[in-house]
Amino acid sequence: IQAQFNVTVRDALNQAMDEELERDERVFLLGEEVAQYDGAYKVSRGLWKKYGDKRIIDTPISEMGFAGIAVGAAMAGLRPICEFMTFNFSMQAIDQVINSAAKTCYMSAGLQAVPIVFRGPNGASAGVAAQHSQCFAAWYAHCPGLKVVSPWNSEDAKGLLKSSIRDDNPVVFLENELLYGVPFEMSEEAQSKDFTIPIGKAKVERAGSHITLVSHSRYVGHCLDAAAVLAKEGIECEVINLRTIRPMDVESIEASVMKTNHLVTVEGGWPQFGVGAEICARIMEGSAFNYLDSPVTRVTGVDIPMPYAKILEDHSLPQIKDIIFSVKKTLNV
Amino acid sequence: IFSPSLLLTSIFSLTDVVSVQSGCRFFHQKCDLHRLEEGPPLKAELTRDQGLQYYRTMQTVRRMELKADQLYKQKIIRGFCHLYDGQEACAAGIEASINPTDHLITAYRAHGYTYTRGVSIKEILAELTGRKGGVAKGKGGSMHMYAPHFYGGNGIVGAQVPLGAGIALACQYQGNNQLCVTLYGDGAANQGQLFESFNMAALWKLPCIFICENNKYGMGTSVERASASIDYYKRGDFIPGIRVDGMDVLCVREATKFAADHCRSGKGPIVMELQTYRYHGHSMSDPGVSYRTREEIQEVRTKSDPISMLKERMLSNNMASVEEFKEIDVDIRKQVEEAAQFATSDPEPPLEDLCNHIFYNNPPLEVRGTNPWSKLKSVS
Repeated sequence: IQAQFNVTVRDALNQAMDEELERDERVFLLGEEVAQYDGAYKVSRGLWKKYGDKRIIDTPISEMGFAGIAVGAAMAGLRPICEFMTFNFSMQAIDQVINSAAKTCYMSAGLQAVPIVFRGPNGASAGVAAQHSQCFAAWYAHCPGLKVVSPWNSEDAKGLLKSSIRDDNPVVFLENELLYGVPFEMSEEAQSKDFTIPIGKAKVERAGSHITLVSHSRYVGHCLDAAAVLAKEGIECEVINLRTIRPMDVESIEASVMKTNHLVTVEGGWPQFGVGAEICARIMEGSAFNYLDSPVTRVTGVDIPMPYAKILEDHSLPQIKDIIFSVKKTLNV
Repeated sequence: IFSPSLLLTSIFSLTDVVSVQSGCRFFHQKCDLHRLEEGPPLKAELTRDQGLQYYRTMQTVRRMELKADQLYKQKIIRGFCHLYDGQEACAAGIEASINPTDHLITAYRAHGYTYTRGVSIKEILAELTGRKGGVAKGKGGSMHMYAPHFYGGNGIVGAQVPLGAGIALACQYQGNNQLCVTLYGDGAANQGQLFESFNMAALWKLPCIFICENNKYGMGTSVERASASIDYYKRGDFIPGIRVDGMDVLCVREATKFAADHCRSGKGPIVMELQTYRYHGHSMSDPGVSYRTREEIQEVRTKSDPISMLKERMLSNNMASVEEFKEIDVDIRKQVEEAAQFATSDPEPPLEDLCNHIFYNNPPLEVRGTNPWSKLKSVS
């Protein structure tokens, strides 16, 4: 029997960074408030105390500048973790992420690597309104040269962040602020300092035979909750946790759809040109299309800037009842 | 003191030689200083060997750029092509003052630096013509050439400056006593990310030499029309600055040496402004005469050409003969011609290479082609 531990996502991320900082002296963390404040969301708590000014660097409020500095450091042999306090602020620096980081290996025909991780909270939080609530999965996943990772639970967070830091390429690591404080069971295997989860592989969180639900980040939890409710009505959902947005593990989705014949995608981001839209296109182009008994359904955030009032905010994002409704519509029950 | 006028006056109108000692010559120079008590030494030493080497470097860059001009007009080079002729003393002078283990990054007017940082003329021209023998295998083009300790070639104006500060951070972090020379133009000098970089570089005392190559025009906009302050060497505010005649390879060398010592001694970053000039327009699509007069261009060519100035200085001080310079010229012409031959005859990259090098040190992956049945392969 493996011992199980309850670890919050925050602590899992902290452990990942701590272990990688210890393992490789080229790894360092920079961003706003990451050092002496212990991190705006306390994700880097204790790291500055342990590793000091050289490895954990507080930056001024200069996203474009410090993201560029991080990319330059990566080009010159270090392995930076560049934290954006939220990915909304990454827009200030997006040129450095795309043009300086993502494209460089290709432009240099493999001469210049950029081993960097850009991480931070992505998507909606609670009551932070329109400018602080956008999901950037689709924006970054659009670009060749980037890997885009979106963990859900603590094991995801730890294993994927370790893999991202060890990857020699630019990785955009999309966390979720609402998940930071949520505890999840973590296996003993996951406690190991060499525990990594491969980038680019989805995980089937729940097996089922009637319909496939595909999601990433926080909404994986929503899908599992919806699946529990639906199970009582005899509908068995297979829930797939993408874990990585780019490269997307389409094969796992296809294998599931060939079994269940129905697909619902669930995400917090906006519908147009989003993750669900991409899944629809890929399913249509691939072997699983002929196994569909109905068109793919996308469950997404509402196509509006995020409002502030709680009732409005609650209705701007997929709720469990929306997933249940969409499953039943897709199954025509 | 340099006048801010568009015409560069040579400061060497006075007799140059101070003393003669075992073949070396000494020359006066003067720089404008910002937040510095002392600047680079007022005398620069030039040995015959150094002089010939700088001449050769500058002439090679000159001829290479003119060859690129020719190839572009023949439509063998496509897209963007930003030529460096006129500014050779900057690249040559900087390289003469730093170590090969130091680092350098610049913007898109990069062919000169690509050469001084060690890439062959052949590989540069073949990259411009988009062949597999190009330094980036034809994947990068004019603005994206890389070499050890040379980080391009960057297409987004100003983006290279934070990158350069980051490279300097890596030097400091690794404790290797290396520094980074980070170049930008008078146009990029107004980018916000520069000031973010200045702030962090100063705060953390990064060993970064920020160098503004002020060639008087950002594309078609003169410095007076773009900048509230055209004293680019002062724009670092709390960072000390030096303004230097960028047409004089010795001035550039001495100033950069001074700057390098400043950085290596742990004093933090320093800003340099090199006053220079480009003969070509902004790029090959710009004739370069709608916003400046042909007279102005001609005046710089006759009075301040970096290569002529060095040659005349060496000739008038009997450091080399007219024949020796001619021999060097002939040799360079031959090398450039051979490189151009290669660049026009080398095959284009194979289609199999299309999707390669997206990632570094990565297992092979499949890449979608233009249609769903087109499944292409990508290896690192």
